[in-house]
Amino acid sequence: MKLITAIVKPFKLDDVREAMTEIGIEGMTVTEVKGFGRQKGHAEVYRGAEYTISFLPKVRIDIAVDDGKSEKVVEAITVAANTGKIGDGKIFVQELAQAVRIRTGESGTEAL
Amino acid sequence: MTSIVKFSLVAGVIATTGILTTGEAKAAVSTEAAFVFNTFSFLVHGVLVMLMAAGFAMLESGLVRAKNTAAICLKNIALYSLAGLMFYIVGYSLMYTGVDKGWIGSFEFLYNPAPTELTLLNADDANEAAANAAVLKDSAYASMSDWFFQMVFVATAASIVSGTLAERIKVWPFLIFVVVLTGIIYPIQGSWVWGAGWLSEMGFSDFAGSTLVHSTGGWAALAGAIVLGARKGKFSPNGQVNPMPGANLPLATLGTFILWFGWFGFNGGSQLALGSAADATAIAIVYVNTNLAAAAGVVVAMVMTQLMFKKMDLTLCLNGAIGGLVAITAGPDLQQHAWAIVIGGIGGALVVIAVPLVDKMKIDDVVGAISAHLVCGIWGTLAVGIFGSGSLVTQFIGIGAIGAFVFLTSLVLWLILKATIGIRVDEEEEMSGLDTSELGMEAYPEFGRGSQML
Repeated sequence: MKLITAIVKPFKLDDVREAMTEIGIEGMTVTEVKGFGRQKGHAEVYRGAEYTISFLPKVRIDIAVDDGKSEKVVEAITVAANTGKIGDGKIFVQELAQAVRIRTGESGTEAL
Repeated sequence: MTSIVKFSLVAGVIATTGILTTGEAKAAVSTEAAFVFNTFSFLVHGVLVMLMAAGFAMLESGLVRAKNTAAICLKNIALYSLAGLMFYIVGYSLMYTGVDKGWIGSFEFLYNPAPTELTLLNADDANEAAANAAVLKDSAYASMSDWFFQMVFVATAASIVSGTLAERIKVWPFLIFVVVLTGIIYPIQGSWVWGAGWLSEMGFSDFAGSTLVHSTGGWAALAGAIVLGARKGKFSPNGQVNPMPGANLPLATLGTFILWFGWFGFNGGSQLALGSAADATAIAIVYVNTNLAAAAGVVVAMVMTQLMFKKMDLTLCLNGAIGGLVAITAGPDLQQHAWAIVIGGIGGALVVIAVPLVDKMKIDDVVGAISAHLVCGIWGTLAVGIFGSGSLVTQFIGIGAIGAFVFLTSLVLWLILKATIGIRVDEEEEMSGLDTSELGMEAYPEFGRGSQML
């Protein structure tokens, strides 16, 4: 199993959700987060003085899938969350040791 | 003596505006009707100006960070209250009675209705007519209506100081300053012009108080900001300015609209009479000029911030409205309306230029009061010498004399307060906000922490 963590622009969340539904992904966890990458925040002007917002708001999406679907999910997120501009975010894929569905006690891929 | 001075003040205003034709027009209104209308004008316009206290409170609470909101609200209602008490106890007499071309009025405590007015109120049928005639002979309006109208102006000057010093000043020392400002400093400089003192004798002209009210507040705020120092983190050692965006811009916008609304009372009521067609016409002109100047101030600020900063800045547009209003306040009786647009527009431009400039001088003015009230107050007073009937030299003398007096007395007072009881909260209290450190409460206990926090 794989745990896919995608950091995307907040306004792209709905697009990503739709794309996941299309390829049959049945669950995700979404968290509002802040951070910076190569974009390094951005500058604003308040009353004539420039200031930097060093942490930009992003959305973090966590999806657990079985190994076979991983590539497809990463591909779909890459397409759905892409604007071509700086700050589109990143996708991280990790090995997932275990998953358990709390209600039934099922574990492994059954629980996804 | 009191009533004679006041009566001559009204007469003087009418004479200098030069719009009251004697004879037929005056005969159409009875003295008593004029008395009633004049009094009505003072009271209703005074009520409008009173609402400006709410405008300042909202503008300031919108432009401070959320953790200082309750403290700024308390300061605003406290300063309005203290100003009203001080102006009753000592201020009005100091400003309006027995100035006689001099530089200070009389130290008579507690200002009360004229003896003739009390006689009238307590007269029986037999002597009512005579008492009525005595009142009308004495004055053109009820004495306490003038007191009320002038009182709300004092409060305005004190409000200006509050915003500049927000987010780091201790509340009680600030209020002690307000007591002296409204009871002593403001009335003394006011007596020089509106109390028929030496500056009015010279021909200095300030219709509703660009210098007397707004610059006075601005000078006191400037002295305070210098002695108090900037908020921690506002200026980096390398000279960089770090903005601390206000918590609630809709509130700041509402506050500005309330100030704009109240300003019709501020300038309109300063005609000081509504007892004739000429006065009514003059007040209508004042209303229109006031609105045109504020509107021009906003539009100019909008265009300038777009050009200078690539985006429009709402807070500076709000300041632009105030700048336009302050600028027209010295001469809203101009009979050519187009000049009001020019004067207000330049006021708006001055604000947009002055706000970053004040920052560069490392003077931390939280709401832009120094730029809007002091800078535009000076401009508006000079504008009377350019577009109006005043002499530019005399206007300069008045601005300089009042500026020097208010700035120096304020500076001394701030330094004394700093040396004795201290005027600034400590670093940790400043960081946690004045709401908790000075008041022990929060303005928004159930709100999130906002965009400036991680």
